[in-house]
Amino acid sequence: MARFEERGPRVPVAHPTRVDKVHPKAQATRRVVAFVSVVVAVIMLLPVLIMGITAFKSRGDVMVSPPKILFKPTIEGFVYLFTERAVANAARLEEMESNAKAGKLSLFNRIALQSGQEITGPSSYVFRLWNSVIIAGLSTVASVVLGLFAAYAFSRFKVPGKDDLLFFILSTRMLPAVVVTIPLFLMYRQLGLHDRHLGMIILYTVFNLSFSVWLLKGFIDEIPKEYEEAALVDGYTRLQAFFRIVLPQAVTGIAATTVFCLIFAWNEYAFSLMLTSQRARTAPVSIATMMGRGGIEWTAIAAGSLGFLIPVVVVTFALRKYLLRGITFGAIRG
Amino acid sequence: MSQVELKDITKRFPTVTALQDVSFSFAHGEFFVLLGPTGAGKTTTLRIVAGLEKQDSGTICMDGQSIDRRTPAERDVAFVFQQYSLYPTMTVYDNLAFPLRSPLRRTPEPQIKIRVEEAAEKLRIAHLLKRRTAQLSGGEMQRVAIGRAIVREPRLFLMDEPLSNLDAKLREALRVELKHLQKTQGSTTLFVTHDQIEALTMADRIAVLNEGEVVQQGTPDDIYDRPATTFVAQLVGTPKINLLAASRRDGTVHVRGSGLRVPASRYALPETFLMGVRPEDIRPDPQGPFGAEVTLIEPLGVETILHLKADELPLLSLVPGMAPQRVGDRIRFAIVQEKLHFFGLDNRRIAEERT
Amino acid sequence: MQMATIELQKVEKRFGDSHAVKPLDLTIRDGEFVVLLGPSGCGKTTTLRMISGLEAVTGGKILLNGKDVTWNHPSERDMAFVFQFYALYSHLSVRQNIAFPLQAQGMKRDAVDRRVKEVVDILRIQHLLRVRPGKLSGGDQQRVALARALVRQPSAFLMDEPLGALDAELRESMRAEIKNLHIAQHATTVYVTHDQVEAMALGDRIVVMSAAEVQQVGTPIDVYYNPANLFVARFIGSPGMNLIKGRYEAGAVRLPGDNRYPVPAPWSSPLANALAGQPEVVLGFRPEAATVTPQGALSGEVYATDMHGGYTVLHVNVNENEIVHIRSDRQTSFGMGARVRFDIDAEMVRFFNPQTEAALRREAAR
Repeated sequence: MARFEERGPRVPVAHPTRVDKVHPKAQATRRVVAFVSVVVAVIMLLPVLIMGITAFKSRGDVMVSPPKILFKPTIEGFVYLFTERAVANAARLEEMESNAKAGKLSLFNRIALQSGQEITGPSSYVFRLWNSVIIAGLSTVASVVLGLFAAYAFSRFKVPGKDDLLFFILSTRMLPAVVVTIPLFLMYRQLGLHDRHLGMIILYTVFNLSFSVWLLKGFIDEIPKEYEEAALVDGYTRLQAFFRIVLPQAVTGIAATTVFCLIFAWNEYAFSLMLTSQRARTAPVSIATMMGRGGIEWTAIAAGSLGFLIPVVVVTFALRKYLLRGITFGAIRG
Repeated sequence: MSQVELKDITKRFPTVTALQDVSFSFAHGEFFVLLGPTGAGKTTTLRIVAGLEKQDSGTICMDGQSIDRRTPAERDVAFVFQQYSLYPTMTVYDNLAFPLRSPLRRTPEPQIKIRVEEAAEKLRIAHLLKRRTAQLSGGEMQRVAIGRAIVREPRLFLMDEPLSNLDAKLREALRVELKHLQKTQGSTTLFVTHDQIEALTMADRIAVLNEGEVVQQGTPDDIYDRPATTFVAQLVGTPKINLLAASRRDGTVHVRGSGLRVPASRYALPETFLMGVRPEDIRPDPQGPFGAEVTLIEPLGVETILHLKADELPLLSLVPGMAPQRVGDRIRFAIVQEKLHFFGLDNRRIAEERT
Repeated sequence: MQMATIELQKVEKRFGDSHAVKPLDLTIRDGEFVVLLGPSGCGKTTTLRMISGLEAVTGGKILLNGKDVTWNHPSERDMAFVFQFYALYSHLSVRQNIAFPLQAQGMKRDAVDRRVKEVVDILRIQHLLRVRPGKLSGGDQQRVALARALVRQPSAFLMDEPLGALDAELRESMRAEIKNLHIAQHATTVYVTHDQVEAMALGDRIVVMSAAEVQQVGTPIDVYYNPANLFVARFIGSPGMNLIKGRYEAGAVRLPGDNRYPVPAPWSSPLANALAGQPEVVLGFRPEAATVTPQGALSGEVYATDMHGGYTVLHVNVNENEIVHIRSDRQTSFGMGARVRFDIDAEMVRFFNPQTEAALRREAAR
């Protein structure tokens, strides 16, 4: 008969509901502020936009002053970035032209043709880019996985000297890279890790661990330990409880940590510059050193920078759902 | 189902001794309640029985065998938490099935389905099986939590104030359901609460815990009619018992601070002591021997609580139905003398003399 | 304290198509203690928050002493809000917590000290002034929260389940303290709770709400003895009113289990009129309105007994799991399965229309 059951869970509301926030005047103000914010954001992003545009300009267009806003886009920059070229002799040139007319010449070769060159192979940049992927990727995975287990231990178990240990871990991040580079260089030289992928991976992992342990501990602290205790009582081991219960609920934290660790490792310049030369050099250094090969190849640099941005943007975009935690300004029961 | 015995359980934390020589036992099929205020050590006791905490000394035996060395999983107990026991990322069905899917049990899926649906029927949540737990109301969540304990058919149910976070009305309804369920299943249950109504209505027997010590054990009738200490007397019964400082002079009890007098003959009373009168034993009576002023009225419908002041002494009186008195009235009242409680200054009960 | 009459005119709160609070009219008189009572999700807290300004209305007006304050900022409404979880500043001492609202308004030092002392004396927390809230018991924390609200001397107090976080024992004594405080200060108070015992004990009037709608507004006596519908009848009282479906035939109601209840005289014509066409009716009586007696008109089987301290509640099965609760003294005891007969007090019996769920009115005494 008459039921007095509760009316269901609190429905979180995504917008603020307090009087001064809902008032029509306040809403108009909010719209103006939003517009201004967008304008400011665009202004802040201007350098990035300019770089993006530069990547698609031709060599000639880049040098013009005042800078051209309207221009004919070309992927010259990318060609210079990704390939080794050599000046082709007259015979080769003729051959290439006839191939082009017959539609049998690749896009890159066609562009190279315009300046009288032919492609001889991929540039060292491609190789360096691949190094970046391996080193940043593996070190991110390592720091997140190790960080996760460490964070769980710090959060759930009685570790002797826990506070001191946590502070110690945090302190590793307080050092500017430059300060430790020389000692690291000497150490790596001794250990044979200089200019090796393994060396860089270890280094990045260690540096990222401080951040990942702290961040993940915060997330795991928020998961009530009753969940795992219920599982323990029900017959699961701690490890199983960890995988089945803690992990699914820590996904947001893991996603956020992954993104941050990836950004650091991917963009890292100082260590890479000092501790690598041929084999394990990563892309950021590579782009910078492109300055010294017979003139500054602005378009190549712009192309390289733009291309370098993209993977991180893609990863962050893919994880955006996990990064956005429910933001509620007021929880209303339906 | 099983018989459980706790002997001299002691547990110390760095800043406080949570439990000191706690001993009690309960039999197969009994609904045993641990009653006490927040911080008394009830949850700690429960967690020790479950194996989630380790006691510093003392033993726990189930069916005569010590279970101290067993892990929580091996003890075959089910734990219902006050909150946060349902996994938010799973559906209700998966939550109920979770204990059965544990590697310890390895129940086959068809069996799981039968057990889950049975439990859902008993708790009237069958229509919720496909929902995610985040979409449930508080009452529904606790039903699922209890369901998850039932599916396992364990030897012992441990419940940590499962009704405390619910609305008053829901608490009432679920209380009755839970008691009924326990009686029909015959499940041995250790139930922890700070709410004395829950304890009185649901328990077969109660142990009152205060600051880590068991103060009294007995049936609800024992606890209510013969409280062993002033603490128990004040804990159980609404409104709270009137505890009055008194002295014995010439065969009469003199209540300090007022003109209340009661014959003292039946009790072996010291010179000074405490007298306890339950509010329902203080009755307004136009011919009554004592006078007081009404300072506050709380009309509860079925009964009314009158706050009285007899000389300077504050008293609570409980009268059935509506009370005609108004704040500020002077009334006369009587005390039911057969129902008096006496406690020494050490707060322990003074027994009646056998006549 | 100044006068404070609060008026809600067609105040509503909706989210898209669903209502959190349906259009509500309510006048709270100066000095009145009004309780908004209902289960979780009924809209009582949302209503309180709309009165305070923490929640904007989507329709209707809120008036304070005749002035429209619907769009006033919460700080401009001269109302103090007491939360369920106290919201005390943990880094400040008790004294600083209480002085905070006054300092925020820019009051001078001596005036602040004087007001704080006044309030602290009223709530008897002088000994706690230097302590941090984290070290206080729940009851003391709530007293500090009350002091902080009192010190502003606002026109009205708004309290959102302030006793919800306390132990059962403490709730009782704090309830009396709040009531005493109200009698002494005589300030307009709007109080939200899901506990009907609290509502009955504290309220001058109770607004019973369910599913975003007001079910009944009345004094504790009104809602207890004359509930307007099935919801109020069941919600007020612990346990609530017993409600059994029956059929009205020729001056009596046929109830399950071969029970036949002869209808008292004042109810015969109201029943005949209201139920024209269909005989189904709901009979209601409170647990204390029934007496177990060998000559009783109705019978059933004892299903369970509950000890409640000073009294016992019998769960009597009248038919196929239709259970009624009867309040009984501790002396008489019944075994499980015993057959009992009982009577219902003619003054206390009530009838309801099963379709509309509304209560029927009996004829006034001649």
